[in-house]
Amino acid sequence: MGFFDALKFSRLKEGLQKTRESLFGKISRLVKGRTKIDDEFLEELEQILIAADVGVPTTLKIVESISARAKRERYMNEAELDAMLRDEIQKMMQDARKTLVVDFTAPLPKTPYVIMIVGVNGVGKTTSIGKMAYNYKNAGKSVLIAAADTFRAAATEQLEIWAERAGVAIVSHGQGKDPGAVVYDSVSSAVAKNTDVVLIDTAGRLHNKTHLMEELSKIKRVIQKKLPDAPHEVLLVLDGSTGQNAISQAKEFTKAVDVTGLILTKLDGTAKGGVVIAISNELNIPVKYIGVGEQIDDLQLFDREKFVEALFE
Amino acid sequence: MFESLSDKLDAALKKVTGQARINEVNIGNAMRDIKRALLDADVNYNVVKNFVEQVRKKSLGEEVIKSVSPSQMIVKIVYDELAALMGGTQQDLNLKTSRVPAVIMVAGLQGSGKTTFSAKLALQLKKKGRNPVLVAADVYRPAAVEQLKTLGAQIDVPVFSIEEKDAIKAAKDGVEYARKNARDIAIIDTAGRLQIDEDMMAEAEQLKKLLAPEEILFVVDSMIGQEAVNTAKAFNDRLDFDGVVLTKMDGDTRGGAALSIKTVVQKPIKFISQGEKVDDLDIFYPDRMAQRILGMGDIVSFVEKAQEKLDLKKTEELQKRLLENEFNLDDFYQQIQEIRKMGSLQNVVSMIPGMSKLVPQDKIDERDLKKVEAMICSMTREEKQKPDIINGSRRLRIAKGSGTTVQDVNGLIKQFGEMKKMMKSINKMAKSGRPLTAENLPFGRLMQR
Ligand SMILES: Nc1nc2c(ncn2[C@@H]2O[C@H](COP(=O)(O)OP(=O)(O)O)[C@@H](O)[C@H]2O)c(=O)[nH]1
Ligand SMILES: [Mg+2]
Repeated sequence: MGFFDALKFSRLKEGLQKTRESLFGKISRLVKGRTKIDDEFLEELEQILIAADVGVPTTLKIVESISARAKRERYMNEAELDAMLRDEIQKMMQDARKTLVVDFTAPLPKTPYVIMIVGVNGVGKTTSIGKMAYNYKNAGKSVLIAAADTFRAAATEQLEIWAERAGVAIVSHGQGKDPGAVVYDSVSSAVAKNTDVVLIDTAGRLHNKTHLMEELSKIKRVIQKKLPDAPHEVLLVLDGSTGQNAISQAKEFTKAVDVTGLILTKLDGTAKGGVVIAISNELNIPVKYIGVGEQIDDLQLFDREKFVEALFE
Repeated sequence: MFESLSDKLDAALKKVTGQARINEVNIGNAMRDIKRALLDADVNYNVVKNFVEQVRKKSLGEEVIKSVSPSQMIVKIVYDELAALMGGTQQDLNLKTSRVPAVIMVAGLQGSGKTTFSAKLALQLKKKGRNPVLVAADVYRPAAVEQLKTLGAQIDVPVFSIEEKDAIKAAKDGVEYARKNARDIAIIDTAGRLQIDEDMMAEAEQLKKLLAPEEILFVVDSMIGQEAVNTAKAFNDRLDFDGVVLTKMDGDTRGGAALSIKTVVQKPIKFISQGEKVDDLDIFYPDRMAQRILGMGDIVSFVEKAQEKLDLKKTEELQKRLLENEFNLDDFYQQIQEIRKMGSLQNVVSMIPGMSKLVPQDKIDERDLKKVEAMICSMTREEKQKPDIINGSRRLRIAKGSGTTVQDVNGLIKQFGEMKKMMKSINKMAKSGRPLTAENLPFGRLMQR
């Protein structure tokens, strides 16, 4: 049950309560008493998905696959319909476990294991790093945080507070300093001290600003100067309440730094998490973690099946 | 930010234009595309539904069919409805109070840009000769106070903060500080909060009760999706805020939230924030924004629209004369009349992509156009057709007749001469098969002073 513990199943459910109630609660209600799929059903489904930020293309895909299946599998009872809906939605999402080490307790393929955190402004990068540091530390790993957001006012101070809370080391040069130098020092120090995990915070940047995206690629190259196979992961943080622009964010950040996974934040507040489905489906990038609160332990592993299961329970 | 939205609308509208008649079927297609474009832009599902329904109803209404061409009307209706959704005219802050300090409370979700906006607003007010103080009432997020202090130092505006983690006290003492130190505006930067966080929403309510702010601003990230409506609604229910601030407009979001929020809470959008630097703050002009929605398409689609709007026959004739370089002031006058049919001058200019570069918005003055019209009207037939004959005494007569000055007339005739020169090159272009675009119409050139 190690995995289940890491998932903190009940908390996940609690955090997703809102999502479940609105999105999937509606699906359960939608399915109730139905034995066949008609236009009215599909339209209602479409509306629910759109209103959950799934986006038009992915919604249409889901709706089409469901109506196609309904034609093939003629007779259906309520339970079958429910299962089919879940199945189709689940299929739209990547499984993070296939490409990434998701468990904090699992052995790392390489040390220092370098994780770069990127994203647009205000999505929760710094907070997510604090939470990840805490989780890795608890799993018995040594952690170093690189405060490479040297742009935003008091960003380094904010990260220092999180490092202290998590009880991990931090390399910080302060505001206005060269982020490349921070990263280089951090990786060098991690190599010298045999640190297990390096978490690199970066300044928030809008993905349509080419010079800032170029700066990000440069930071990545600085890491590689010291460790050619690093960063081992590049996680893009997305605000759960973001609409379709999140897809464009994922595309651009991937272009610049090859995003390997997503962290979806603020899912405790917004009722909709549908953007995960769209991004996972359209860009083949799995969701790795979800943020469900402002406290240090409010980070959850994302698991496709458990996620949907928890939603449907 | 509406680029992509307007592109989509253009694509959708193209299906409508170029069809001889509007019927239930093709209006359905256009509406479906418009709906899709709006949904892709993150406009709230219900807002889209209502919008499309309104447009459909108006389009199928009687007055549509009576008018010139149905497709013209659809374009007009879509624009009108979008403009209506965006709101009326620009609204300023309610700072006309004798109270010292006037209080501005800034609230919103986590990471929406409240602190940055607070500093930007302080800088703007300071530039206007006010004496603001920034009050750090986000006592929860790590280093939030330091962030505000750093920004305050950048813009040289004092920041008030307390050691205790008590937002109410921080705000109260901050206002007191402002009063004692002759600071006439206190900007209260509050913590980010989720609308479902009952304790935090109660705190916000309490702050409002305590401070009785002249202005409560709701700050929202322009990239927000369908939830924009619920969030804005919840904050509005609790705080009855006065205005909305849309942030991160420097991104490429289609910004449908701007449309939805305005529709649902009926509160004006007062500012847009478009950058991380403290001076990246702009006033929100709903009408401009609505114009932008329809106006940023490619030139081709504009020409389609323009040609729909203009009397096609007359345009063709003018075009022919233009090509033959026989274009005279009479033709020019007619052209102005045709363009006028399309709406206000600013409106027209903003609709033509190339034109807005040619003629900056703030340089456009309806009065200039009226002058030109008046001058041409005061000319004789012969003068209009052969502007070369307009000598000194004729100029004086025209100026008197049109209530303008000789300089104005000189300017017009000079520019018209330049226009004709320019037309020679357009002529070449047109002969090479390039369409006569709005950009090439002499009108834009004339307005460029
Ligand atoms: N590009 C851009 N970034 C912004 C804008 N407004 C705020 N930010 C950034 O968004 C992040 C969160 O802003 P902040 O003011 O701390 O948000 P708060 O949590 O609501 O106070 C910071 O990285 C800011 O620099 C904007 O208009 N454009
Ligand atoms: Mg703040």
